[in-house]
Amino acid sequence: MSARPGPPLWLLAEVTYRCPLHCAFCYNPVDFAKYEDELPTADWLRILREARELGAVQCGFSGGEPLLRDDLEQLVEEAHRLGYYTNLLTSGVGLTEARAAALKRAGLDHVQLSFQDSSREVNDFLSHTRTFDLKRKVARIIKDQGWPMVMNCVIHRLNIDHVGRIIEMADEIGAEYLELANTQYYSWAFENREHLLPTRAQLREAEAITDRWRERLAGRMRLFFVAPDYHEAAPKRCVNGWGSTLLTVAPDGVALPCHTARMLPGLAFPDLRKTSVADAWLHSDGFQRYRGTSWMKEPCSSCEHREQDLGGCRCQAFLLAGDAAAADPVCPKSPRHAVVEAAVQRAERGEPAVRPLVFRDPKASRAASGARLQVPRPQ
Amino acid sequence: MTAATVDSRPRVAPGFRLQWEPAQECHVLLYPEGMVKLNRSAGEILSRCDGERKVGEIVSELEQAFRAIDLQDDVLAFLAIAQQQRWVELQ
Repeated sequence: MSARPGPPLWLLAEVTYRCPLHCAFCYNPVDFAKYEDELPTADWLRILREARELGAVQCGFSGGEPLLRDDLEQLVEEAHRLGYYTNLLTSGVGLTEARAAALKRAGLDHVQLSFQDSSREVNDFLSHTRTFDLKRKVARIIKDQGWPMVMNCVIHRLNIDHVGRIIEMADEIGAEYLELANTQYYSWAFENREHLLPTRAQLREAEAITDRWRERLAGRMRLFFVAPDYHEAAPKRCVNGWGSTLLTVAPDGVALPCHTARMLPGLAFPDLRKTSVADAWLHSDGFQRYRGTSWMKEPCSSCEHREQDLGGCRCQAFLLAGDAAAADPVCPKSPRHAVVEAAVQRAERGEPAVRPLVFRDPKASRAASGARLQVPRPQ
Repeated sequence: MTAATVDSRPRVAPGFRLQWEPAQECHVLLYPEGMVKLNRSAGEILSRCDGERKVGEIVSELEQAFRAIDLQDDVLAFLAIAQQQRWVELQ
């Protein structure tokens, strides 16, 4: 990889791993409880400035729950002043009218509110909290501030059959964008895969329902539906290409090419307390390692699709093939593709789960940090 | 959706942000979690859509700036697309 990489157009500032919710499909690292030492405000302000100088234009404040940071307004204000389009990705917990007004004054451009389901029971069960009514109230607060109303609902086996009702609810609330993003299987969702992976029939039905609503709501709401990789015939580019577009900064200041890449062993990801954003992005081993195609092995290195899919997802390769430089096993050409097929067939047969559903919380995370969850388990 | 005429005053719709990006050497239009890179003419038109100027004025400005003639149809065609994409609103 010799050409200078383009700018990190998307800066994802994961300002904290703390979260009042305990979603069973959370994409934070399973061992998140290890990283308690959050970056102070001054470092975040410097990172925002340095990333903007490199050409970042979108800034997402995410987590965990970003509203748990008291300095969020200050960070948003600086991001806005620097010329970012500022996005807050929130569960809504903590978004009071006063806080929303302060964020609006700070220049926040957009709030993406996550829901777990159209029903109180499933929403509260999946997030392991009582937040359903609160989310509807927060949706009103977002509308009142004049922000575009963007809703996100993570889709999986336990709510996929409600997709029509979820869309209807989003419309009632006045959503202009709705992302129906199927769980991808990393981190907590990987641990809970046997509970969460839908059948192919469920997926096709949900897609058909979404298509019908898309027609009906044309001009009013934009609907995005993302299928799980496991059910797709071809691998997808990992975050639009490793180190090509996305720069994630974890709560402790570690720079990552994607928010789950931290699980990959043997990669030294740069610590932005000690390294500039430009050095991290342009020169660090962590960002260079899987840029482009020169790192590939067979079957990727001679594959006609290598420039399109860039070998797929590195985390999926590590989790399912035990090698981050392998072909993404969702690809039918991968020698480990049978692992994906076995998981799908298991879902198709509706076999009861062997292990209980694990909810994301610090205790489960500390238990996981021990050994079990860090070891890839080719089946 | 009303089509733009020479008397409409288009402006970039709320929720969108238009700016010049030196790193990309073009105008970009930013919206929730997304970005459109604009080609030169789209950037020149949109950067004049401030809700004050009329389409007719935008056309004459562009004709002067680029020593061109008969840009009206091109500008109206672009605005139709921009409206469809909800990038602009008419005042």
